[in-house]
Amino acid sequence: MDIQKIRSQFPILEEKIHGKPLVYFDNGATTQKPLSVINRIENYYTKENANIHRGVHTLSQEATTAYENARNTIQTYIGAQHNHEIIFTKGTTDGINLVANSFGELLKPGDEIIISAMEHHSNIVPWQMLCERKGCKLRIIPMNAKGELELEVFERLLSERTKLVAVTHISNSLGTVNDVEQIIKKSHAVGAKVLIDGAQSIQHIKVDVQALDCDFYVFSGHKLFGPTGIGVLYGKEALLNNMPPYQGGGDMIKEVTLTKTTYNDLPHKFEAGTPNIAGGIGLGTAFEFLNSLNMDDVVAHEQELLNYATQALTKIEGIQFYGEAANKTSVISFLIEGLHPYDVGTLLDKMGIAVRTGHHCTQPVMDQFKIPGTIRASFAIYNTKEEVDIFIKALERIIPILKN
Amino acid sequence: MTIQEKEQEIIDEFAIYDDWMDKYEYIIELGKDLPLIKEQLKTDDRLIKGCQSQVWLNAECENNKMKFTADSDAIITKGIIALLIRVVNDESPADVAKSEFKFISEIGLQEHLSPTRSNGLVSMVKEMKLNALKAAK
Repeated sequence: MDIQKIRSQFPILEEKIHGKPLVYFDNGATTQKPLSVINRIENYYTKENANIHRGVHTLSQEATTAYENARNTIQTYIGAQHNHEIIFTKGTTDGINLVANSFGELLKPGDEIIISAMEHHSNIVPWQMLCERKGCKLRIIPMNAKGELELEVFERLLSERTKLVAVTHISNSLGTVNDVEQIIKKSHAVGAKVLIDGAQSIQHIKVDVQALDCDFYVFSGHKLFGPTGIGVLYGKEALLNNMPPYQGGGDMIKEVTLTKTTYNDLPHKFEAGTPNIAGGIGLGTAFEFLNSLNMDDVVAHEQELLNYATQALTKIEGIQFYGEAANKTSVISFLIEGLHPYDVGTLLDKMGIAVRTGHHCTQPVMDQFKIPGTIRASFAIYNTKEEVDIFIKALERIIPILKN
Repeated sequence: MTIQEKEQEIIDEFAIYDDWMDKYEYIIELGKDLPLIKEQLKTDDRLIKGCQSQVWLNAECENNKMKFTADSDAIITKGIIALLIRVVNDESPADVAKSEFKFISEIGLQEHLSPTRSNGLVSMVKEMKLNALKAAK
């Protein structure tokens, strides 16, 4: 795999920040966009823009075809059985809220929902709100000091009261890859449904929703080289059919009278209002970009970066890593003794290096480690060892300044 | 010196730095001169919680002059607080309340006072002015 050739597809990587070449290590927050995605969106607004699903005119029909083709591309890529199991959302958070509100409507007082101790706030708060609304109980799978879920405890939490298990595929703050196959199997054994938060997954590993047998899978477009404001909720057909609509409005109806409305079929039942058409089409192109990569090569390259960077960082005095799971993706969360992450992040930025500092929207994880936050470097396919070298050199320059 | 004169003095001091790292080394040095808030005053009502760095601020008024002390867990934040306090300390509540701290953008540090930057500094400036307004009454 030719990384330089991949890099050349991402124009932003040529940018300079404070006069220094950009080193972009904040891919966990959002990835950069390849030219194909940028051009696709530009072309849509330049030559194809029209509202979809309703118009008889040419542009509307072409826009509808492009939008629905994007749905098909995504269906094929993630291995869904039907294209109407792909629901377009605003992103991961929106997808989780959809399930919490719609599937959640079917829950009864005393029912239990299980999440884990390493969830992003987006996979905690909607369930807390649901529990408050419906009188359900939230249970938590604990995490060990390495940042791995304690699955023996999980098995003890499962019971016939468990209606839903919502866990992240890959931790955004620690990089841990969870054994979701096991979690899904064990949950199904007690009749519970499973939602997987895939926000950090599809850009790093191959995901097949039918092989996983998950009931819901949610992700955001902007973290996998696509536009912001668009994402996907995958749900099994039978389940989605049984769920009440989430939001009411245009596109989600079959017939409306002033007293009674019948709802549209999947996927439109869950897509009220004019959707993010350009976003959906752009996301389809992002999946075509993923299709152009060999996922085994992606995994190999990112693991090499992870190992290379981890080894180099280990030599820094006073470094402490957070998230040392046996199975992890290219995320390194760390602190350097005596240094505040905010100071480190600010000075790295002055050297052109973008990392994330803070709690990464996982405050419970930070609480467990008794720290306010970490410095997080998260890599994507276009990052290189040379960039890791620049990062390490920058840290070596910064540390004496901050320790002074 | 008036607030304006003190601001100009800081702008002149920073003019010699054209390298970002040198500039930040200087800010970190300035942080060491920050009039520190007494440990026993570091209570929750004096804590300004940023998303990333925390700031404590105490304000007093003696003989119509504002006296601020502060601290932060991040040393760059501390340096910037030192600059802000240097400008307004010993000034009248009325002058502090209308101070706009424009020198911060003149020396290229406006990003630290932008609302998107979660370091507690925006809230701190607001607190300083509120305290001055209270003292002015």
